[in-house]
Amino acid sequence: MELGPIWRALMRNKTSYVLIALQIAVTMAIMVNAVNIIQERSQQMARPTGVDEANIFYLSSVVFDPDADFEVQIAADLDAIRNFPGVHNAILSNSVPLHGGGWSEGLRLEPDPTLDATGSAIFFTDEHGIDTFGIDLIAGRNFEPGEVTWYDFDAGDWPAITIVTAAMAEEMFPDLALDDVLGKTMYIHDTKPIQIIGITERMQAAWSGWSGVERSMLIPSMRGSSGARYVIRAEPGYRDEIMPQIEEMLASSGADRIIRNMRTMEEARARSYLEDSSMVTILTFIVIVLTAITGLGIVGLASFSVARRTKQIGTRRALGATRPAILRYFMLENFVISTVGVTGGAIIAIGINMWMVDAFGLQRIAWYLIPAAMVTLWLVGQLAVYGPARRATMVSPALATRSV
Amino acid sequence: MFRYYVKLGLFSIRKNPILSALMVAAIAVGIGACMTIINVDYVMSGNPIPHKSDVLYHVQLDSWDPNDAYQDPDLPPEQVTYLDGTALLEAGQARRQVLSFKSSRIVEPQGEDERPFQVISRSTSADFFPMFDTPFVYGGGWDKSADDNEENVVVINREINERLFGGENSVGRTLVMNDMPYRVSGVMDIWEPLPKFYDVNNGPFEDVEEVFLPLSVSIAGEHGSSGNTSCWNAREGGREAFLNSECIWLQFWVELHGASERQEYMSFLSAYVETQKELGRFPRPMNNRLNNVMEWMEYEEVVAEDVNVLLGLAYMFLIVCLLNTIGLLLAKVARRTGDISLRRALGASRQAIFSQYIIEAGVIGAAGGLLGVGTTWLGLQGIKALYGEFEFIARLVAMDWVVILAAIGLAILSALAAALYPTWRACSVHPASQLKAL
Repeated sequence: MELGPIWRALMRNKTSYVLIALQIAVTMAIMVNAVNIIQERSQQMARPTGVDEANIFYLSSVVFDPDADFEVQIAADLDAIRNFPGVHNAILSNSVPLHGGGWSEGLRLEPDPTLDATGSAIFFTDEHGIDTFGIDLIAGRNFEPGEVTWYDFDAGDWPAITIVTAAMAEEMFPDLALDDVLGKTMYIHDTKPIQIIGITERMQAAWSGWSGVERSMLIPSMRGSSGARYVIRAEPGYRDEIMPQIEEMLASSGADRIIRNMRTMEEARARSYLEDSSMVTILTFIVIVLTAITGLGIVGLASFSVARRTKQIGTRRALGATRPAILRYFMLENFVISTVGVTGGAIIAIGINMWMVDAFGLQRIAWYLIPAAMVTLWLVGQLAVYGPARRATMVSPALATRSV
Repeated sequence: MFRYYVKLGLFSIRKNPILSALMVAAIAVGIGACMTIINVDYVMSGNPIPHKSDVLYHVQLDSWDPNDAYQDPDLPPEQVTYLDGTALLEAGQARRQVLSFKSSRIVEPQGEDERPFQVISRSTSADFFPMFDTPFVYGGGWDKSADDNEENVVVINREINERLFGGENSVGRTLVMNDMPYRVSGVMDIWEPLPKFYDVNNGPFEDVEEVFLPLSVSIAGEHGSSGNTSCWNAREGGREAFLNSECIWLQFWVELHGASERQEYMSFLSAYVETQKELGRFPRPMNNRLNNVMEWMEYEEVVAEDVNVLLGLAYMFLIVCLLNTIGLLLAKVARRTGDISLRRALGASRQAIFSQYIIEAGVIGAAGGLLGVGTTWLGLQGIKALYGEFEFIARLVAMDWVVILAAIGLAILSALAAALYPTWRACSVHPASQLKAL
């Protein structure tokens, strides 16, 4: 191992090697932080909504006949949809997980407006809600048909029972087991009591970027108005077939209305996470291009470095060094430079990450990212230097004695 | 000598094609990455109404919950209540004022062939059009008397005008929306303020609304808001209770010219809030805000955080490309020591060598910059492809001359900066040192 001579040779002619080391360092810093962000976003996007995303679609029906009786119309629509072949179930709802728009309320444990309230998403639905969304009831019971009422805009009262997600139950009653949360009362709109009769495993709110996205409540209330949103769960495999059929059926049902914004849950998810998925793509691209540039830079500088030392190589060969020894020399030299580079890179990477955690609220780097990046850059460096190093072995020993 | 050096520069590029290609490519890629993000940032943080952005002010009053600020640490609500909005509108204490909200209507074309369709509408008081200088193809907005008399007038955009009236001058003609006839008072020309500063509650880059109608008509007709509605205290049911509640759902802007008008208006706001406090409203401490357009855009954080993160990474990317360039330039100089020492022996000063190599670097930078315009364009197309869902992106990724010149400028500057050290090394070559071996 010729580390001594390699190091001393490097020290005598530092500049280009310092440059390579710096390049490797900055590349590593970018790589580590970019991969960190990619991981964070991918984790966000992988979260399940809790509903049957593969089979659900929803649409808006806007009635513009001013004399229409919305309640009658909606009831007739739901009946027609539920009986349509290929439909599993359907409901009227104000929103859908990851839709981007919806309703939220603040809930308290006491009817005291001075206390802090916990925010939860609100979904207005009837007793078919659980089956239509495809969520799992893990405690308590569903709404009875008699408990579902049409909302009276003028009276403005609020139902007294609700089904909540496990996350909401844990947030409001952190010290109780789930079964003990059943029957407990929370307070909505300052003083209105609302009792928990059921708990579901999971149902996300409409806003994917919200810290409380796992907190949702089902409210047994039908909100009849000119704009109605129908959420429809198809039987497996039927969704794409029946979507245009349902649209056609509703549009030609004789009522003055427009059907619009028909969308599948999968599209809703894609729209909701569009920024995150694009960021992942951009960052992946940046990491790949960056590695390529650094690799090519090393190739360039290594070629040059070899070309400058043909006389030295020739001399060594004339003195008896074998071809593999020359190869080993250059590979090792590059390894030393890369080591300096990745060590510096690790420090810069951690420094940048700490700043980003502070400035942007990013997550901290997972411990294995630094060693993984080090190994990657070592490999890239070795690969890059291999070509020029092989050319170095081809230098003829006769060059030692030539003066040009 | 400048042209001679440029010639030498181009000649040297041809002599070392691979090395030069690597350098030019590295600069082009680095510039491309940087300028793509800078372009997006530049457009996102652009001024949507430069000739009026410092006389238009967004008004905030803190009518919120005594136990909980609207937004930490102690920020007032982003919209106003119906009570406050109409009171301020009536008071008319600013040069101009406008109260509005976003809604939707169903347009019912007369005639059997056309089906009804939904449009996004804005219900607004009359000053919207002169305040925001909206361009008109035909006609104009309405005046205060139309507001007061709840006249059914409407301003439509060009697309609707094309669709319903064949693009003709439709002023005075009738348009039916939700079974109500409206008289067209004007056709608005294409207007795409970036961001849509007057209402960013549902996102800063939405399209401008398609039709505009008087606020009073919408209130009387009980049109619902399509924007955000937030309420902090319990209230009774019914329309009356909602209008008199502390729910915020309207946007209020004023036009004030000069510091004294602004100060007078702030005093007026304080006095107004005092009278409301006496009536039992506004339990929180006085917290009125007047933000002009750019201040409001900053307050609302219109530039996405992702853009800032990418901007930081892009600058670091450029640094890597520059380090690359420095290394490759060093290699180039080292190869030409014979050349340099010959010139020095023939009498060239250090400065001459310096000029020669700096200009050569500048040539490489210019080449990289030109190529960089191409890579920037590619990068922006990539962004457009990724975000295709959102049509407004097409406007964010449009390159204008400022960006193109900036790309070339940045490339040349970076190449020159990268060349400083290698060129200094070139100047240090001793005239006699290399001549021995020749």
